[in-house]
Amino acid sequence: MIARLTADVSLRGAVLLGAVLAALLAAPWIVNDYLLTVLIIILYFAYAGQAWNIMMGFAGQLSLGHAIYVGLGGYVAGILFIRFSVAPWLGLLAALPFATACGAVIGWLAFRFRVAGVYFAILTIAFAEFARIGFDHWDFVNASSGLFLPVAQYAHNDLWLLRGNPTMFYYVILGATALVFVLCHSLMRSRVGYFWLAIREDEQAARAAGIDSLRYKMYAVMVSAAVTSFAGVFYAFFYNNLFPEQVFSISRSIEIMLGPIIGGVGTLFGPILGAFVLTGLAEALNSVIGAFGLDLPGARQVFFGICLLLVVAVLPHGVWPPLARLLGVTRGAK
Amino acid sequence: MTALLALEAVSKRFRGLVAVDHVSFAVPQGSIFAVIGPNGAGKTTLFSMIAGALAPDDGAIIFAGAAIQGLPADAVCRRGVARTFQTVRPFPALSVEDNVTIGALLHRRDVGAARQHARMLLRRLDLFEKRDRRASTLTLPDRKRLEVARALATEPQLLLLDEVMAGLRPTETDRMVAILRALNRESGLTILLIEHVMRAVMALASRVLVLDHGVAIAEGAPEEVVRDPAVVQSYLGADAI
Repeated sequence: MIARLTADVSLRGAVLLGAVLAALLAAPWIVNDYLLTVLIIILYFAYAGQAWNIMMGFAGQLSLGHAIYVGLGGYVAGILFIRFSVAPWLGLLAALPFATACGAVIGWLAFRFRVAGVYFAILTIAFAEFARIGFDHWDFVNASSGLFLPVAQYAHNDLWLLRGNPTMFYYVILGATALVFVLCHSLMRSRVGYFWLAIREDEQAARAAGIDSLRYKMYAVMVSAAVTSFAGVFYAFFYNNLFPEQVFSISRSIEIMLGPIIGGVGTLFGPILGAFVLTGLAEALNSVIGAFGLDLPGARQVFFGICLLLVVAVLPHGVWPPLARLLGVTRGAK
Repeated sequence: MTALLALEAVSKRFRGLVAVDHVSFAVPQGSIFAVIGPNGAGKTTLFSMIAGALAPDDGAIIFAGAAIQGLPADAVCRRGVARTFQTVRPFPALSVEDNVTIGALLHRRDVGAARQHARMLLRRLDLFEKRDRRASTLTLPDRKRLEVARALATEPQLLLLDEVMAGLRPTETDRMVAILRALNRESGLTILLIEHVMRAVMALASRVLVLDHGVAIAEGAPEEVVRDPAVVQSYLGADAI
């Protein structure tokens, strides 16, 4: 396994990756609580972006409603925890199939009836909106007044119940991000991964090469939904509250996509790099604005907009591919 | 020789237009069979029906003893019919090797084994040196050979070639002809080609079907067909012979 993972990584790449990983592992001892929280948010977006990238970057299916899987994951685990005292990791075991099934329904409806491209993207928005409005009126999940998890004492960490201080949450999301990175790495080099790429590149040609595109597109949506649902569980237990208006909102879906788009769609490091660039710069911007004693609501959104414009105009394939060449860690097609 | 592929009174209409009208023919196992005809004769429609991109309105398409008409394109390919596209469609952002590896993965679970097979085919089609290049950076003749390699990687019994010579210079045409001949001779691969380039048809095909306005107007050995008055009239022009 390890041998296969490292087989096609250059020495330089391995050293760089090791250094980044070491820095991330050491971070809680180095940075203050505020920066640690920023890092948690960055890793959260890296994780969710990586999950979104499975669908869009690998299989070419644009989801503009990925917040639905975050929301469902969070709500399933949250409700189970509050109402039935089910630990979040067990809640995840329920959230995973739930989100996967939801992805399967959306995928099947779309692919079976040949809804593709932009229309598929609109369908994903529609489902996220259905979920938002539905949960907003569903009393069992406290409707629009939201779901609150009992806030823990930061004095002791309970990893099993996900109650604890930011350091614990940091390691949880770091572990999850590392795990999903490994998962995506092996998916990319697997038979399914190649079939996804073929479908992304040219679905008709992929079918002519014998690939059952409906089936493999379904896999992409389901895997992506399943992976994303953990982001929801994490979100619920980290923030301790869930409001349909927030978790299912389209702006949440867009935030998930921004990282991979800026970092590089379809690349392994793109979603991670994108999350660091975006959230890191946005937080820096906040501090600068704060230092000048200004109050500029919406500055973050404007900043995201500018970043997106710049990347689309200057680096249409994202920041990672040219950076990888610069660092000399690139491989693959020239 | 038994027929690997047989079309029985296959028809396709688009609204009022009859694109293919009760066409029947049989492609013997191990042969190279060409379909020729002027533009708009229904060649590509016929081809699309065999490849599963279009379903015929009437008639039967029998491949290796089983009816395949109306099956989706991927199912047709899995049964052993691989195709190229008239306008080439390699996977543009992927490397040449990955393009062919994807085809080879159809009947292989292991990526390493598929890559091995892909490399063998790339050598065969003179693309091995370019295996790391992005498919979109290749020249047209290279892309055409890449499509053939990807199709071959799915290990077909029947290879469908849609105007694979179009846009090639005479020397490149000869090279493609040599490759296809060798494939047919060495592995017994059956080839059905739709072709405009008569030079290639004459060099390759053992049997030719001529379509005109959706109707099969002649079938036979290439030398006979090109002398057929109806064929000369409709397609080749008097000075072609």
